[in-house]
Amino acid sequence: MGRLRRTMLYVPGNNPGMIRDAHIYGSDSIMLDLEDSISIKEKDAARMLVYQSLKTLDYGNTEVIVRVNGLNSPFGRDDFEAIARAKPDGIRLPKTETPEEVQEADELITQIERQSGLEQGTIKLIAAVESALGVINAFRIATASKRLIGIAIGAEDFVTDMRTSRSADGIELLAARGQVLLAARAAGIDALDTVFSDINDEEGFTREVKLIKQMGFDGKSIINPRQIDIVHRVFTPTNEEVGKASRIMEAIREAEKKGLGVISLEGKMIDKPIVERAGRVLELYDAAAKNYALRGDRHA
Amino acid sequence: MKIHQTGIAGTLESSDITIHIEANEGKGIWIELKSTVENQFGKQIRYIIKDTLQKQDVTDVFVRAIDKGALDCTIRARVLTALSRAANCSLKLWEVK
Repeated sequence: MGRLRRTMLYVPGNNPGMIRDAHIYGSDSIMLDLEDSISIKEKDAARMLVYQSLKTLDYGNTEVIVRVNGLNSPFGRDDFEAIARAKPDGIRLPKTETPEEVQEADELITQIERQSGLEQGTIKLIAAVESALGVINAFRIATASKRLIGIAIGAEDFVTDMRTSRSADGIELLAARGQVLLAARAAGIDALDTVFSDINDEEGFTREVKLIKQMGFDGKSIINPRQIDIVHRVFTPTNEEVGKASRIMEAIREAEKKGLGVISLEGKMIDKPIVERAGRVLELYDAAAKNYALRGDRHA
Repeated sequence: MKIHQTGIAGTLESSDITIHIEANEGKGIWIELKSTVENQFGKQIRYIIKDTLQKQDVTDVFVRAIDKGALDCTIRARVLTALSRAANCSLKLWEVK
């Protein structure tokens, strides 16, 4: 199993205190933001602050992503030039609508890696789709570059584009979430869900996390450290699920020893998809337990 | 690098530093510092400001700094941003030195 991306914590890129402390809360990834949380007049200051911070600070095992401004904005190219040289784990492209935008970003990073002596392909990409066109093109976007590790949906811009607004049950996002998820799975990369803006509505947030986990998403962008534990709790398999998965894997090992093709456990037939799901439960549990050992995540 | 105007960067929030840069023709680098941690780190903060300026070949500037406990990387970032604004330049400061 690859790296866990259950939680990706947004950090405003012009706030030195938040940038310094971002990794201590235990999210799987942090995302230093140069885009929507930064005013036009402070774009240069945030870019320089994030660059200097990345060159200096050690975030340990936490994945570090930087959300840059789009290459079609006046700030995108300078963001890439600076940030790629500071070597974050990945760069998140906002408001992606076509595969060509991903390819342009890929080529730019390749140039910078070459100029700065970095191994080609070191810096990964995440593409966020935030419009009807982006969602329609999701699979072509998800397969546009080998650097891509994930595709994310950005709901606030998307619902505006769709002439609607966000609701408690998220019906307005159902089709888009499905499309992004299908694109991610077909491309073999992670599917990352959007933010939930009301940090005081823990019940609504938990409901949304359960929904996107059940749909198949790998994780969610979050805007406050208080949201981390809720997501990790939902994404960590229960003792019952782990016990059942362990029994399935044990039964399969026994069947292989005896040369049996089809087996049953507790009165139910165990076939390949069930074994694959059990394997994923155990992998998710192991990964969460490893995080616990590294960082003290309480819900592993 | 030629200073054309006053350049300001940073905020007065905790962990940040406000840097105010203006020309100081023929009088060298002059730093006026107020810091919440002046007794312990004043010397280091002044060194970081001066070093960052000298690496950009800046020789004659007056710097007013109000520090709220910024890390070295934050001080460098704010000095470079203020400098870039004061010089009214689009220099790619991350490419040099």
